[in-house]
Amino acid sequence: MIRTIVLHAAVIAGLFLLEPVLSDYHHGNLARIMVLATYAVGYNMLFGYTGLLSLGHAMFFAAGMYGCAMLIRLAEWSVGPAFLAGVLCALVAGIIVGTLALRTIGVGFMIVTLMFAEAAYLVILYYNEFTRGDEGFTIPQAVRSIAGIDLSDTTNRYFAALLLFAIALIACAAIVQARTGRVLVAIRENEDRVRMLGFDPFRYKLFALVISATMAGAAGAAYAVLFGYAGATFASVQYSIFPLLWVLLGGPGTTLGPLLGTVLMFYLVDYASGTIMPGLAALVETQFGIEAPGLASAYLLLVGVTLVLLVLFAPKGLLGTVRARMIPWLP
Amino acid sequence: MADSKHTAGQTRRTILGGAALLGTAAGAGLLPGLGRYAQAQTSAPIKIGFQVHRTGIGAAYGRWYDRTTKAAAKLINDNGGINGRPVEIIAEDDGTDPKRGAEVIEKFATKHECDVAFGTLFSHVVIGSAPRAGELKLPYFVVSEGHHVASGMLNRYTLQPGITDVKSQVQSMAPWVADNLGKKVTMVYPDFAFGHDHRDYFSEAIERQGGNVIAKIAIPPRETSFFKYLPKIPKDTEVLYHVMVGPGVLTFVKELGEYFGDNRPEIFGFIDSLEAVDIASPGLEFLEGSHFWEGYPRYAGENQSEHDKFYRAAVGVDDNGASLSDSKDISTYAHMFGCWETLHILKAGMEAADYKGPKDRQALIEAIENMDVFPESQAHPQGSKLFNGRTHQAFGHQHISKVEGGKLVPVHKTSIFDTYYEDEVDYTKMSF
Amino acid sequence: MDLIALLPFDLPHPALLAAGMLEGTVLAAVLALTALGLSIVFGIMRVVNVAHGEFYMLGAVLAWFVTHTVSGTVGGPPWLGFAIALIVAPLIVAAMAALTDWLVLKRLDYDPEATIVATIGVLYIIQQLALTFYGPDARPVEAPFDFRVQLPWFGYSGYKLVVVGAAIALMLVVWLVLTRTKIGLVMRATQYDRETAQAFGIPVDKVYAGVFALGAALAAIGAVLIVPIQQAHYLMGGDPLLLSFIVVILGGLGSLKGTLVAAIFIGLSDGIISTLYEPTLAKILATLLVAMVLVFRPQGLFGARAA
Repeated sequence: MIRTIVLHAAVIAGLFLLEPVLSDYHHGNLARIMVLATYAVGYNMLFGYTGLLSLGHAMFFAAGMYGCAMLIRLAEWSVGPAFLAGVLCALVAGIIVGTLALRTIGVGFMIVTLMFAEAAYLVILYYNEFTRGDEGFTIPQAVRSIAGIDLSDTTNRYFAALLLFAIALIACAAIVQARTGRVLVAIRENEDRVRMLGFDPFRYKLFALVISATMAGAAGAAYAVLFGYAGATFASVQYSIFPLLWVLLGGPGTTLGPLLGTVLMFYLVDYASGTIMPGLAALVETQFGIEAPGLASAYLLLVGVTLVLLVLFAPKGLLGTVRARMIPWLP
Repeated sequence: MADSKHTAGQTRRTILGGAALLGTAAGAGLLPGLGRYAQAQTSAPIKIGFQVHRTGIGAAYGRWYDRTTKAAAKLINDNGGINGRPVEIIAEDDGTDPKRGAEVIEKFATKHECDVAFGTLFSHVVIGSAPRAGELKLPYFVVSEGHHVASGMLNRYTLQPGITDVKSQVQSMAPWVADNLGKKVTMVYPDFAFGHDHRDYFSEAIERQGGNVIAKIAIPPRETSFFKYLPKIPKDTEVLYHVMVGPGVLTFVKELGEYFGDNRPEIFGFIDSLEAVDIASPGLEFLEGSHFWEGYPRYAGENQSEHDKFYRAAVGVDDNGASLSDSKDISTYAHMFGCWETLHILKAGMEAADYKGPKDRQALIEAIENMDVFPESQAHPQGSKLFNGRTHQAFGHQHISKVEGGKLVPVHKTSIFDTYYEDEVDYTKMSF
Repeated sequence: MDLIALLPFDLPHPALLAAGMLEGTVLAAVLALTALGLSIVFGIMRVVNVAHGEFYMLGAVLAWFVTHTVSGTVGGPPWLGFAIALIVAPLIVAAMAALTDWLVLKRLDYDPEATIVATIGVLYIIQQLALTFYGPDARPVEAPFDFRVQLPWFGYSGYKLVVVGAAIALMLVVWLVLTRTKIGLVMRATQYDRETAQAFGIPVDKVYAGVFALGAALAAIGAVLIVPIQQAHYLMGGDPLLLSFIVVILGGLGSLKGTLVAAIFIGLSDGIISTLYEPTLAKILATLLVAMVLVFRPQGLFGARAA
């Protein structure tokens, strides 16, 4: 228990202390990564701990994003209340979708969440008069402040993202350490047994889904406020798959896996698309005299190969493997 | 590391400024070491971050934006670069995604330390990236044809000087359509903001000509079959106006052909539907005799200008708008010239502002805001343009072509004034 | 009281309804063709093959390469290239699938979660290879023959009707193979109980590799048949994947009959709803309708209990 608290405190303190040290480039990246990692922490609550694979989490991210951004844009709310309203939207969406979708299990759950998310995406396009559809809209820099703190400022943005991530991480760690968390894991391992022990799995699953949706929504609202943009792309199926990949890479069912996975996937894509693959293409060109423009853009190939290697050699994700082989107490 | 370089740069500029006041000769004599350093600095390349759709749905456009940009940069460098410094294009894939687009902008500013950012077509990527460009104070030159810049949605650091926007393109088509094709129009467009721009601006413009849009059919995204929507086209339609994007457009045209047979209304489309697609593809025979908007005529006709000839050869495009090395590889000719022209405007702007480095970014933007005419030239092969510094948007001639024998033959060229509309924003009044 | 006026939509014009029904039928056929392979893989191996759509895309891209070579380089008629593509594309795709099975899935012991991750990886690999070697363009494949059928209100593609026929024929063949042949018996035995099948001397490994290859080959056959009414594009695998999953789950796990009925249900509901409302609203309603059917019948239309 103590070492769990120390570990999480150390991670948060580490992110805090990194702020003045990081170069502008990594500083900006990490601010964004912490927002996305909040999304992943939420996803992990449902997928990693409860064993429910959703393919529709982008709708919760988008519920938070649009709930917040539309109130700022159309009703001229200030950032604070709009952010909370966005989170509330995601929470309500979680309750509605959860009540319906949790009637299904396994692949059925994947499909139903996927279809609800698709409907949500189309709703954003259909009401384009208010949402500006796929193109989305910006939130002017001037209104992006809270209690006089300018959230578009680099340092403020970093600490705002850190605060958001820290709250999500602590909430996650607290839940999984508590009895609720153990019931969730038990549901993942064997739902029938949990039912026989007198628990109502549906209530626990709904709880996990709503928490998960709320965190996703908070991340979406934060993205809109911190980076000044809301668009339907964030509701598309691709953005439901991203947190799945981040969590799988970092380690499903570990509290810190989502952060690690988001960091690694970000830099894998960044270096592969900016450095590795163009370098490889240039090498092919100079060595063999073959122009290979296609190769320069082939970073998804690396992502694909990474996933296959991961599942073959570290099927529990990185931190899951660390826990299995080295540090059994890792939360 | 980055900090120390910054300080050195500032010191150098302060000292050089002082030296200039004292007299250049004395300054150079007093500070020989710094003089050499300044020499070395001035020959360092000007770095242009190039945001490009290499993957995702925009990849067909991205490939040609890439080729055009490389050709323009080579030309500029062969002619001595900008302010005597070579241009270096640093390309990064934005994945046709607004989140990655914004990340790439950050990377240009903070990792590559680019002087400016440039590129990209899809509006959602531009709108997702522009706030970050504004915050990072990185001039961002887009080649998107969206109305987002001139609508006032973006910021002082975002400009679109090298390509006209959809609002002016669409409204300038209405007079010709009403006079030559008909006044009762049915519109088919994707249910995207891009499609809604067409719907709104064309409806307004055709009403000014005494016509009207009698049906508006918005197609949902990723639809692979369109036939079931075609009976929604009213029988008394005189002109069918279509603008589709994405891989499904060939299906759309084929299904139109099956639906109407020989008894079709006049058809007017935006070439966006068929950019990077061979007009002579099987299934497109139905388009014979129909008309298209073209930003820049794909086929080199009889009246080809010497500038077009030069530009075509430099980019590697043949007289049919295909790659010189592969006749099946069709260019995005109506759009990609924007990359070429934007880079030349950038060169002119940097030279006017005597651009030395990131400190002069504001001066660069002000210099470009002060421009008003881009005459037809090697730098502007598509034709002369007017630039509105207040709205950060260029205005130019639009073309209408007819499909004849599987080729596009230009039949009409609008005046620039047909494309003009009232200002919706004045960016020059915004602070930097 | 005018009851018609109370309906929450306008009654569609007969032409619109006819088009909706026709297109719905074609969509049902397309769905059945793309979902058939997935239905078998999922039913027998319990493997969620996320790369299924990419095998489909590969089939379409290979069809372009073959027809393009035959008509462009050799100068053969369109039907010849198409016929060759119909044989070559499924074989190549099946070989790739067998390789995937041998290199990856077998090593994972077909663990449900691990195979999802692995096939997502395979999805990215195949998609990126297509972008690198085939490019970002959508390219048309000419139909082997085409004729226009004139109906009272409009004309219709004869080839689309052929696709409907081909879908029915292919489903019939698969059904016969599964129920009337020894191979089918072995497959069904493996599906019923893997351990017992092994004990009875059935080479389960080979059956699995074969089933996985067969599923991919069926996706490729579907793609070759469908590509003349769409185009070959490197991102075309996404929607067929999602729709196939919806069809398979809605039909009920491992039920061929269910897959067929679900395809017809989704195709026709999409076609008919599209005549009643604006296109995007119709898509929203059709999507929610199918989701709700699953919510209130989680085991699918014909399944005992979904996995």
